[in-house]
Amino acid sequence: MRGNIPAYDVRAPKSLTEALEFLHREPGAWKPLAGGTDLMVLLEMGVLEHKRLLSLHAVPELKGIREEKDRFVIGALTTFGEIQAHAELCREFPLLREAAASVGAIAIQNRATLAGNIANASPAADSAPALLALDAKLELASHEGSRWVEYRAFHTGYKKTLLQQGELIRAIALPKLAPGYVHAFRKVGTRKAQAISKVAFAGLARKAPDGKLTEVRLAFGSVAPTAFRATTAESRLQGRVLDLALIRDAKQALQQQLTPIDDVRSTAEYRRRVSLNLLEDFLLQAKNRGEA
Amino acid sequence: MASRLRKEGREKLTGRSQYVDDLRLPGHPEVLHGTTVRSPVARGTLKAVRFGGSIPWKDFVIVTAKDIPAIGGKNAIAHILHDQPCLVDEQINHPEEAIVLLAHPDRFLLEEARRHVTFEIDPLPAVFTIEKSLLKDPVIWGKDNTFKEFTIEKGDVDGVWQTADLIVEGEYHTGAQEQLYIEPNGMIAVANANEGVTVWGSMQCPYYVHHALTHLFALPDDKVRVIQAETGGGFGGKEDYPSMIACHAALLAWKAGKPVKIIYDRAEDLAATTKRHPSSTRHRTAVSRDGKLLAMDIDFLLDGGAYMTISTVVLSRGGIHAAGPYECPNVRIHARALATNSPPYGAFRGFGAPQSLFALERHMDEIAAKVGLAPEELRRRNFLQEGKATATGQIIREKLDLPKLLDSALQSSEFIKKRKAFQEANQDPANPIKRGMGLSTFMHGAGFTGSGEKMLASVAAVEATPAGTVRVLASNTEIGQGQRTVFAQLVADALGIDFDLVEVVQPDTKIVPNSGPTVASRTTMIVGKLVETAAISLRQTLIQSGCLAKTYTTAEFRKACGEYLSKLGALKCFSQYQQPGHIDWDDQKYRGDAYGTFAWAVYVAEVSVDLRTYEAQVDHFTAVQEIGKVVHPVLAAGQIEGGVLQGIGYALSEEVQLRNGRMANNRLTNYIIPTAADAPDIKVIFAENPYPHGPQGAKGIGELPLDGVAPAVLNAVAMALGPEAASRIHSIPLLPESLMKALDGAAESVKGERS
Amino acid sequence: MSPSMSAQKITVRCKINGQDRSFTTYPMARLLDLLREDAGLTGTKEGCGEGECGACSVLVGGELVNSCLIPAIQAEGTEITTIEGIAEGEKLNFIQQAFLEYGGAQCGICTPGMVLAVVYLLNRIKKPEDLTEAALRTALAGNLCRCTGYTKIFESVVRACHARFGASAGASSGDQR
Repeated sequence: MRGNIPAYDVRAPKSLTEALEFLHREPGAWKPLAGGTDLMVLLEMGVLEHKRLLSLHAVPELKGIREEKDRFVIGALTTFGEIQAHAELCREFPLLREAAASVGAIAIQNRATLAGNIANASPAADSAPALLALDAKLELASHEGSRWVEYRAFHTGYKKTLLQQGELIRAIALPKLAPGYVHAFRKVGTRKAQAISKVAFAGLARKAPDGKLTEVRLAFGSVAPTAFRATTAESRLQGRVLDLALIRDAKQALQQQLTPIDDVRSTAEYRRRVSLNLLEDFLLQAKNRGEA
Repeated sequence: MASRLRKEGREKLTGRSQYVDDLRLPGHPEVLHGTTVRSPVARGTLKAVRFGGSIPWKDFVIVTAKDIPAIGGKNAIAHILHDQPCLVDEQINHPEEAIVLLAHPDRFLLEEARRHVTFEIDPLPAVFTIEKSLLKDPVIWGKDNTFKEFTIEKGDVDGVWQTADLIVEGEYHTGAQEQLYIEPNGMIAVANANEGVTVWGSMQCPYYVHHALTHLFALPDDKVRVIQAETGGGFGGKEDYPSMIACHAALLAWKAGKPVKIIYDRAEDLAATTKRHPSSTRHRTAVSRDGKLLAMDIDFLLDGGAYMTISTVVLSRGGIHAAGPYECPNVRIHARALATNSPPYGAFRGFGAPQSLFALERHMDEIAAKVGLAPEELRRRNFLQEGKATATGQIIREKLDLPKLLDSALQSSEFIKKRKAFQEANQDPANPIKRGMGLSTFMHGAGFTGSGEKMLASVAAVEATPAGTVRVLASNTEIGQGQRTVFAQLVADALGIDFDLVEVVQPDTKIVPNSGPTVASRTTMIVGKLVETAAISLRQTLIQSGCLAKTYTTAEFRKACGEYLSKLGALKCFSQYQQPGHIDWDDQKYRGDAYGTFAWAVYVAEVSVDLRTYEAQVDHFTAVQEIGKVVHPVLAAGQIEGGVLQGIGYALSEEVQLRNGRMANNRLTNYIIPTAADAPDIKVIFAENPYPHGPQGAKGIGELPLDGVAPAVLNAVAMALGPEAASRIHSIPLLPESLMKALDGAAESVKGERS
Repeated sequence: MSPSMSAQKITVRCKINGQDRSFTTYPMARLLDLLREDAGLTGTKEGCGEGECGACSVLVGGELVNSCLIPAIQAEGTEITTIEGIAEGEKLNFIQQAFLEYGGAQCGICTPGMVLAVVYLLNRIKKPEDLTEAALRTALAGNLCRCTGYTKIFESVVRACHARFGASAGASSGDQR
């Protein structure tokens, strides 16, 4: 243990109002602490800079999953274990279930929260590609009230987000999907569990009866400073019928958005190649769907 | 008979076992925490040490190299040479080398203090690779950066090249590998001029630690006491480095006048302690058109790190195993261990043999491809047999039937059938998953190399207690492999008494004789035999004394012990190692019987490779081996299964990334060992051929599995990817990133472009 | 930050292995240290301190967690089960018994966490067929073992499942010798 544990002051507000009050009174002073699976690792390494932490574990307003007519609203503190245990949510969004199951291992999934994964803003966050592909919206709460933002706009740069001082992620909303999507989630990690992704991909596609793609959403993690939607590739594909030439075209379009790096876990070249392969694989799957 | 239950299993399963970090020392309510301040650079001259920050330094115990002569000690960790200092005095030779020791009651403040010790260092040019070390520019160790060099010669290699049908060459590399015992290293020491030095800790070799402490403190043997705590895995990683930690803890305790405990965290354990030696091997092989090996010229190089430690013996074992279980009339093995400015490499299960056998067994597949034979057929044509000689000229005097082991492995893994099916399926370019079958055949010499056992001259003892139980006294440690259980079984069987009546004493140098280190697959075969022999003499003593009849029940045995002890005092029988008459070894020429015997094996890996992600995984693994007699089936299979998975990690995922000699990925998140989700099913098959000099016929097995896994896995991957990519697959670990590169430049058809 | 500056200690009340306990500690102290040092329950082990190895696994509120990643303040009011709470007195529970008989423990350092992962797994299984091979591997994937290659651990779990549900239950654990 390299962290100086006595140096850390932690408070545990009992309500959202109290939590937001903390953040409001001393802007920037308190770092929210959710499941601890990221911050406690930094503590272990002796690099947890924030000495004042706001543990949210006792804030009831941040918990629970509710189904509404056209969306699901997931409380910020919902763990990846709770996501997998929620049958309706998993039925509606298999992508989210697969992403949740790919986080660390069970003991991590039982503590790590969806909002923690988002707020930590790692480009390798396991939930990010799925949330991007699912057009997630985030409710950000502050002393003044709350606002909804598109998740795809949330990550503004490496480890940078739209969160203002005094704001917390309160909930994540996922609009329900029309039936008939082809979907894929793939986390390429260093091993099959307890891995940090080298490349992560989530894709959704839907075809009209004439074979035209009526909708295609492609999201990648770990291959740029933030997880991102492959918008250029998406627009090349939108409204077109998949064939091999179009797939090549989409791969070319994706190339421009890939800015991977070499690090201790992998190489830029590997990340780039695998991203392209996963896109190709997904599009082939979409192409073949209904053709046989 | 059903396998005996693990002796300490109940304690381990209920959390009652006492590992070093769990110990509370009676009579010592206050134990200080100790920590180590280490070099940030690979090589340099230490000019000054600064104690900065607003740290209350006067409350700290601070030890530097200067403190060692002050107590009359010698600043060296005694291994083979005394070239490694306990603490840097002036010359720094590797990153993470220990420079300053600190102790304090508050471990958090201690950690803050550690960060506020800084060094003024004049950097010196450093060497980080074998290739660079060979250039001797700069020379960083000895005269020429060479820890050891030897050549094994059999026949006349150079006389063959001219006339051979085929010459096959190849170069192979293996990376460092971390043992990754799940319990990090740790020691507690009590030390003062009055009582001497006592340490408790996680270790494999109590007498190595004892030796190091007596040297460092210049104390007589009886003033140093080493006690093994329950140890959470070793795999070689707790062979020599615990001596260093014990010395550090003891120096702090001596100066503090209070006990000091040093427990490494994972990051420190990974960055600072020993790992498997990286290697580089060149093969040049002459072969006849029908696949007979005519000449093998092998150049075997190990990276030993900054100090010699035990690299010379690792080199010996690696070199001796380099020509494998094959008969070849002309062999030359040129072996060298070289210095680099990395932390010293040390023991890891297999001890040099996994490196040289990886090269050989990958090379054998390359030869098979060139000759046009199936890999199994090439091997079959060259197997050693009874009466034939190994590379060192050791005549195999045991019943050796490698073809039978091979057939068993082929059959059990459905090798031929699957290979054919995979070859066909792999042709389909639309299929992104390619499959392969690969095998390796190999052996592992049990016990110390050459005259090592003779020089160790280990002693073990067995003693009776008034209650009629029997205590086994040996310095070999239980580190998960089942030493306690096997010793108890051997003694219970030799005495014909209940297993529960036998207690294996926790190693404590004050109590147990020196039966040598817990290494080299020697514990069961060598020390188990001593224990068995001592038990037999205990029984004979009881019978001769008249206290016990020739046949007896457990109850009668217990009564007899009580009777003997009340009449005659103690009943303790010793046994000392005596080299079996057939062993004849020349240490200078590397000729003769390198080992008393070998365990023999044929391993088969079945793999799949995903061409979208370049990931290879092992789907099934078959391990067939002859290990003499299997004395404890559950423990023996456990050794093989665990070794196989370590071997799979070695082959496919475990990469020690060195940046300027320092491990850059020193976290469990980034050093990737297999999880339960990654492990294949592992089929273990034992063939038996009792070894007359082993207890109940046993040979050593602990290291064997590590030797053959990586080449079997890579041979399978090579098959899956086809011949062009195969010729680029010569290094481990074969990470997806390197597999991708191997595919680049290979045929487009192999790349699986699906358009 | 000066090292002498430190946070106020807090009182943490929780139930450990059925007993009410109360500790005064730093809010960011790890549950692992609370158990090992304050409660004297050293059966819970530390292998990495970063949630990778699972040696420190315990149950909190019935959920499997890494105790190295839980700050003391979040343990307030919870019910915790450690390895010391698994056996019934001197009698091993059926999972421990299966590990003992089938070689599921070697060096023993991962064993307490591994046993708790199995307790969690078998608690959540309603019928023996739920113990598929995939479920078994997933359930133990956060508990690293370097000794066994997992083979004997899988076998022990399958045997434990037999013990709980009756003889024919459970996934195949491969070749069983």
